Amino acid sequence: MNEEIKNTKDLELDIKNLVVEYRTPGGVTQALNGLDLEIEKGKTLGLVGETGAGKTTTGLSILQLIPDPPGVIVDGSIKLAGEDVMLKSEKEMEKIRGQQVSMIFQDPMTSLNPVMPVEDQIAEVIEMHELGEDGKPISHSAAILKAKEMLELVGIPGDRGTEFPHQFSGGMKQRVVIAIALACNPKLLIADEPTTALDVTIQAQVLEMMKGLREKYGTSMLMITHDLGIVAEICDTVSVIYAGRVIEHGTLEDVFDFTRHPYTEGLFNSLPDLDHRENRLKPIKGLMPDPTNLPKGCAFCPRCDYAMEICKTEKPPRVYRNDEHYVECFLYNEQNIKEGGLLGR
Amino acid sequence: MAKKKQTETVVMTANGEQVIKKQNLALETWRRLAKNWSAMVGLAIVIVLVLCAVFADVLYDYDTQVIKQNISNRLQAPSGEHPMGTDEVGRDVLARIVHGSRISLEIGLAANVFSLTVGGILGAIAGFYGHRVDNIIMRIMDVFLAIPGTLLAICIMAALGSSIFNLIIALAVSGTPGYARIVRGAVLPVRDMEYVEAARAIGCTNKRIIFKHVIPNSLAPVIVQATMHTATTILTIAGLSFLGLGISPPTPEWGSMLSAGRAYIRGYAYLTTFPGLTIMITILAFNLLGDGLRDALDPRLR
Amino acid sequence: MSKIDTNKPLIEVEGLKKYFATKRGMLHAVDDVTFTINQGMTLGVVGESGCGKSTTGRAILRLLEPTGGSVHFDGQDLLALSAEEMRHKRQELQIIFQDPFSSLNPRKTLAETIAEPMEIHHIFDDKLKREERVLELMDTVGLARRLMNVYPHELDGGRRQRIGIARALSVNPKFIVCDEPVSALDVSIQAQILNLLEDLQEDMGLTYMFITHDLSVVNHFSDDIAVMYLGKLIEQAPSEELFAHPTHPYTQALLSAIPEPNIHKKTQRILLKGEITSPIEPKPICRFAQRCNYATDRCREGEPCLKEISPKHFVSCFLTDDM
Repeated sequence: MNEEIKNTKDLELDIKNLVVEYRTPGGVTQALNGLDLEIEKGKTLGLVGETGAGKTTTGLSILQLIPDPPGVIVDGSIKLAGEDVMLKSEKEMEKIRGQQVSMIFQDPMTSLNPVMPVEDQIAEVIEMHELGEDGKPISHSAAILKAKEMLELVGIPGDRGTEFPHQFSGGMKQRVVIAIALACNPKLLIADEPTTALDVTIQAQVLEMMKGLREKYGTSMLMITHDLGIVAEICDTVSVIYAGRVIEHGTLEDVFDFTRHPYTEGLFNSLPDLDHRENRLKPIKGLMPDPTNLPKGCAFCPRCDYAMEICKTEKPPRVYRNDEHYVECFLYNEQNIKEGGLLGR
Repeated sequence: MAKKKQTETVVMTANGEQVIKKQNLALETWRRLAKNWSAMVGLAIVIVLVLCAVFADVLYDYDTQVIKQNISNRLQAPSGEHPMGTDEVGRDVLARIVHGSRISLEIGLAANVFSLTVGGILGAIAGFYGHRVDNIIMRIMDVFLAIPGTLLAICIMAALGSSIFNLIIALAVSGTPGYARIVRGAVLPVRDMEYVEAARAIGCTNKRIIFKHVIPNSLAPVIVQATMHTATTILTIAGLSFLGLGISPPTPEWGSMLSAGRAYIRGYAYLTTFPGLTIMITILAFNLLGDGLRDALDPRLR
Repeated sequence: MSKIDTNKPLIEVEGLKKYFATKRGMLHAVDDVTFTINQGMTLGVVGESGCGKSTTGRAILRLLEPTGGSVHFDGQDLLALSAEEMRHKRQELQIIFQDPFSSLNPRKTLAETIAEPMEIHHIFDDKLKREERVLELMDTVGLARRLMNVYPHELDGGRRQRIGIARALSVNPKFIVCDEPVSALDVSIQAQILNLLEDLQEDMGLTYMFITHDLSVVNHFSDDIAVMYLGKLIEQAPSEELFAHPTHPYTQALLSAIPEPNIHKKTQRILLKGEITSPIEPKPICRFAQRCNYATDRCREGEPCLKEISPKHFVSCFLTDDM
């Protein structure tokens, strides 16, 4: 493996060779197979992939929230601002969650407690993590005050804080979820498909708001999504994940304009082009591989139009196009990757 | 998420296609049930009970061993000849328990089939059509539910007199609202599934939708209820007989044996111990089996 | 099959209404919707959740009984048919559902599900012939023949959606309502299904009503697009025309909100205020006025109606009256 250590970067999140398995009586699901992920301070990384690629497992591993059993972290390291979270005790993790790292889940309908006013739900996080001015745990009234501020911040009038989740619409619930996640100014925000359940116009509102907040607080973000449009909108770097491995990674420009991996290319081709509506879609053939029984060589090989003999038996090495942009594919070597490779788009 | 791996068996069809063999859904459920240790114990006991009931006549002759009084043998302690001793008129307790299982299971089964049919149809109609039909049926059921089941059975028995047939009627009536509720509850979510709408879209009649799409998919909770309710029914039979309202002597019945043995509990505790234990074990077995079925039929485990 | 004349209307919907009684009053799910779909064409219906697009599709098929209006299919008034006649008519009008998980009976195998419509309408009463037809349909939609005896829970979403399509095709329909057929699927699978639907349309001369919330999909797939908002049809035009000249302020906002996978194209976002309002007992004013950036007093006093502003381009907005 290409072990390039970049000391120059100031990393908020640094995942190396993460292997996670779900061991059930039905078989071992290999959710992550040596995943590498880096997020620089204040930057946003888009983690792009399809159902079952291991996106959510990645998010949960960072918070050490993998359901165990059946989930087992087999190998690898996860560093948050230089500190290895795997060495932390459950007590220490509780401090980290919500304060240093927060997560927004896909479904705003189920991630709020239906019998608790929303401001209390926000205040709960604040009370858990923050100290008042006198150094003692923050008082409930002060926490409620801060909660109302948070609501205003995400665009909900503070006096609606006493209402219950069912009194809010989908978009507003997701705003509340974001307010909870941001209540303690986390250094890293993990957003797992935060807008998938929302309508486009509401999605635009929420994305706009998240962009604003990110700039205001300098929060790093891990944006888990399947939508390349959202990635183009909000991310600085992109990691494309397939069957638990990052198969292409680079800056937005690298991945969108100098696409190298056949899978990434396939994802782009699967999307209807707004400007050329008559173009026939070029879907990726076949289906996601069975994660309990991954192919021996490249996991994408059975669906790849460019597959060669070697792809069936060996894992492709990592080839760098520049300091940031890399691909795991046998089509490339150090030379041809810079020339535009074997694929033209 | 990942589909669990299938053991795919390829077979040939009539027109020579190689196809994956049809998965037997009942067999799958059985496999899951078989993994459940306590359910298997429950099932084993239930099977023993059923065998006892079926072969009761082979084991003990009804006229000579079960109801014939034999005063010279009265109140003998358990021994090789009478494993559970003899009662106050010299009848073998084990023989009576074995024949008692026949009575309990027969009545339990008959009453359950009746409640299941009537309650099931009412519940399915209420759930499927909804609105006013639902309201009318379920409010009537609520009235029945407001009266404690045993009390209702006692009233019916007191009014109609105690006979096996009346007992079945009494138990069936008191069991019906429970089934109606369960079936309605099972039908409601299925009714709103898209495949029911899909069935309507392809031109299915209501009858076909109910029988082909709704009922097969709402059976699971009903099977569980049937198992659990059998336990309740057997307990009620014993309870009524204990009070003298159920099966009248000399017909062997666990509850009435318990009642008769009560007078001798100081000196001859086994007269109450064995029927009592039998009732307890039977109820426990049905409940274990019911719990196991509930887990095995749970669609989330599929 | 009779010849397809793309100038001849197949579906004519006029003043279609569907209200639901709720505790807080009448919910106007679909309110006075009018459109036609010509033979062999695709009408895309877009809008946000709760705008009544699915209800419209179901009301046309009479899966929900319309409250008012009329639906003509091939010149025949569907709402005048008796329940039994409608049941037979369903051979010609089919629907493909959004959720490939709940739209299939979990206790029926793939072949049983596909064969059921034929069983009901007595097409191929001979069992072997019917099975042959099922296998043909499986070929058509791209399902391996060896899967005929598997249950839906053993399959992934894309394959399940193909079963739903095969079921709809089994009775040789003329018109299919596609209710968000790809929104539950992954992008790579989504493209496979869209291509399949396109091929089927070409081969079998199908007419589609394609309901979706995904504007890039609808743009790719449809000949005409209708935009709905709170039960009202607010704009309708041929796809190119709609994307080139969106006229209703809501359509403009909707189009600008599409996140495009292109880092060089910077579209100016039109952000709307607030969210979709309640469709219960709406006042007779423009239903979009509350969120509209251009709303005037006039919009809050009366209700605009659909007007043709250029050939085949219909808009319902007071602003266009001045143009």
